Amino acid sequence: MRFGVLQFPGSCDERDALSACERIGEARLVWHEETDLAGFDAIVVPGGFSYGDYLRAGAIARFSPSMGAVREFAEAGGAVLGICNGFQVLCEAGMLPGALLPNEGLRFVCRQVNVLVENADTAFTRGAGEGDRLSIPVKHTSGRYFAPPAQLDELESSGRVAFRYAPGDNPNGSDRGIAGVANAAGNVVGLMPHPEHAVDPLTGSADGLRLFESAATLAVA
Amino acid sequence: MLIRPKGGILDPQGKAVERALPALGFKGIDNVRVGRMVELDVEDADQLPELCEKLLANPLIEDYEIEEPPPG
Repeated sequence: MRFGVLQFPGSCDERDALSACERIGEARLVWHEETDLAGFDAIVVPGGFSYGDYLRAGAIARFSPSMGAVREFAEAGGAVLGICNGFQVLCEAGMLPGALLPNEGLRFVCRQVNVLVENADTAFTRGAGEGDRLSIPVKHTSGRYFAPPAQLDELESSGRVAFRYAPGDNPNGSDRGIAGVANAAGNVVGLMPHPEHAVDPLTGSADGLRLFESAATLAVA
Repeated sequence: MLIRPKGGILDPQGKAVERALPALGFKGIDNVRVGRMVELDVEDADQLPELCEKLLANPLIEDYEIEEPPPG
């Protein structure tokens, strides 16, 4: 199992993502100017403040050379996980539906939340069960998931809501408590919470590992 | 280019500004919305709508207007 972890100017969670991936298989960082993703089984687009979050979070990163390669990688069926800023980048790139707006309370939110697995049939939830409760931290200012109501209905009915905040745990006012979504094929997944920060009981929870393990299950199968 | 949050989308920044106004003695101000303005020089203005759609605005959540200032 080989993971590639993208690194943009302004990324800040790529080291933790790399460390999480290394618990499951081989992994290396992929600088944003690289365009050859051959040999990888999964790509992680990590959190941070790519390109300073100028204009809108993720708006400029989507034009980086590596993102063209990530799009092709995903179209060929490769597994792609966007975490926090990475989720924002995938939405801006049109690889995932919806958008992430400033938090309802306008504040930066940093805390542990409970996240429910809504669809256990995506590349990054396959190792979990539907309804499983994962304790994972969030830390963001623009994490309020938004999509027009008709699109939300469609996402719900087609099982593309991958993660939802547990009742009472919605930290940012996301529509319908949505914490993460998947593309139609289920190989591209994005979420605001940070599974890479929850991979060791020493820091409170190892639940985040389930996502990375899921990707490995897929590669072996 | 004027870029603003689409109508109906909660704008927490506008709300925060609105809530600060009474403390400064301003009364009767409602529906504050905060957007942004991008200024640029351009030779061929025909490309601006595409520029807005692709980068400067996210059409899912924002509306935009293009204004050309009078010469001089």
